[in-house]
Amino acid sequence: MTMIFGIPVQALMGQLLVGLINGSFYALLSLGLAVIFGLLRVINFAHGAQYMLGAFAALLLLTVGGINYWLALILAPLFVGLFAALVEKTMLSRLYKLDPLYGLLFTFGLALAIEGTFRYFFGASGKPYAPPAQLTGAVNLGFMFLPIYRGWVVIASLAVCIAVWLLIEKTKLGAYLRAATENPTLVQAFGVNVPLLLTLTYALGAGLAGFAGVLAAPVYQVSPLMGSNLIIIVFAVVVVGGMGSILGAIVTGYMLGVVEGLTKVFYPEASNIVIFVIMAIVLILRPAGLFGKDA
Amino acid sequence: MAAKSGPIPTDHVAAHPRAGQAQLLLVALALAGLVVAPMFLYPIFLMKLLAFALFASAFNLLLGYTGLLSFGHATFFGGAAYFTAHAVKVWGWSPEAGILLGVAGAALLGLVMGAIAIRRQGIYFAMITLALSQMFFFFCLQAPFTHGEDGIQSVPRGHLFGLIDLNRPMNMYYFVLAVFVLGLLIIRRFVNSPFGMILKSIRENESRAISLGYSVQRYKLGAFVMSAALAGLAGGVKALIFQFATLTDVTWQMSGEVILMTLLGGIGTLLGPIVGAGLVVSLQNYLATSDFPVTIITGVVFMVCVLLFRRGLVGEFFATRLGRKLGFRSES
Repeated sequence: MTMIFGIPVQALMGQLLVGLINGSFYALLSLGLAVIFGLLRVINFAHGAQYMLGAFAALLLLTVGGINYWLALILAPLFVGLFAALVEKTMLSRLYKLDPLYGLLFTFGLALAIEGTFRYFFGASGKPYAPPAQLTGAVNLGFMFLPIYRGWVVIASLAVCIAVWLLIEKTKLGAYLRAATENPTLVQAFGVNVPLLLTLTYALGAGLAGFAGVLAAPVYQVSPLMGSNLIIIVFAVVVVGGMGSILGAIVTGYMLGVVEGLTKVFYPEASNIVIFVIMAIVLILRPAGLFGKDA
Repeated sequence: MAAKSGPIPTDHVAAHPRAGQAQLLLVALALAGLVVAPMFLYPIFLMKLLAFALFASAFNLLLGYTGLLSFGHATFFGGAAYFTAHAVKVWGWSPEAGILLGVAGAALLGLVMGAIAIRRQGIYFAMITLALSQMFFFFCLQAPFTHGEDGIQSVPRGHLFGLIDLNRPMNMYYFVLAVFVLGLLIIRRFVNSPFGMILKSIRENESRAISLGYSVQRYKLGAFVMSAALAGLAGGVKALIFQFATLTDVTWQMSGEVILMTLLGGIGTLLGPIVGAGLVVSLQNYLATSDFPVTIITGVVFMVCVLLFRRGLVGEFFATRLGRKLGFRSES
């Protein structure tokens, strides 16, 4: 068997893949957080709960409505986005004028309420969600077997990340969005409906979390608590990347996922905490984060 | 900040000339109530309430008086509980020495976490403390001395100063009450000291405090360590009350709980966190027998507090005409 640094290549590649998959979710979620934070100045603590909602929406669409994975991939994020828009319009929007900490506390409460509700109705245990028939099985890459669904997760998340980046950097809507981030009053004076833009942005961020949830459903089990532990890691990812840049959030997400995967190979005991350790080091050396602009 | 309650603006209602005496009377009444309470209520419940009230008060020292929202205070509370439990059970230390070790350990953890977290402000500060406390959670999950999922069980309460047998519920209760009162006196002294005043000025206007020549970072770190140490005091006492230390106390849910207690009672008031802790602990006690999950209620209360009454129950009372007459003022 081929070895690298005393580790079998297959184990190394396997963990690298796991890292890349985790990284895909970190990237999607931190992207959503960064998009929301950029315009709303709200740290969306409910992001994990919205990710969980996406997974549950897919599961319920399948078991109750008989709707397949591909349709769920579109419908579930729409549901989550719609729900988020409703929350933003009725409640969250009242908090913009206050200290941003209140937004964090509100979304924290929202996350607890959503997760508690799902736990009450569905129990705490995980439920399996089978990947679609087209994506089952594995291909032999010569040095390892790649389960097709896992490859799909990496490609799909990468594609969505790039699409969102293009949307924000290259389209007119994105230009409004970036302008409103800089100076909302001025943009409103030019006749852009900024409150609507805020609602759409929150819905977009939450929809991204919902999309990540559907992608995650066949990889992990669908459970009410699947988002709450993930969100804390994503917070650390966001601190490392710095919230200023969309691209930074994406790159940091994949990078830290891979680092975490490699740690599992070389020093498994530390794999749970490696991202937090990196966060602490980055804060000491470069408090603004790797891609951050603000000091 | 929040909408004024009642038709008459109460901002300018002056305190009654004898408000000071009235306040003293109220405090004396409350203390007397706590002294006789174990005759009527289950002592363990009361002790739990006092421990959490102290924890929330320690947390409020940071959020209410310095304006720093820590999302990682479970680390100090639960960490101290582990240290105290280990020292008392494995090393056979006396209870007071065990609690002191818990306080020292929490202060040290606070120094490390604080030194890293104060490098960013506001919302980042909250996220960093949350992430670091999650790291401590994983440490506790894997470290051998915490016994992982089992926790440290059947911790002996021992004899206080070698004399007072803490295994007798009444002795334990009055010990916890004494620690609670001592903790509150320390917080009160701290808040009203020149140090506390500088913290308030940092909360109100950090740039101005810097321009006046205060080394803001050092003051923030001082407040963080102080708050951590007092949270540790509460945690150490809790380990002796329940005679175990578990992972529950170091989870992020616990950090969220203490925020809720403070928010519900009233940020920036000495009384608020105590009232908030009383309500949350009573609610948990009440719901413990039903299968309705506490998290739903916790979450909804959080949302309602943030949306409708950010001053908290005590803060709202302080803003009423009666509260003003009695000379109460909230600090935020």
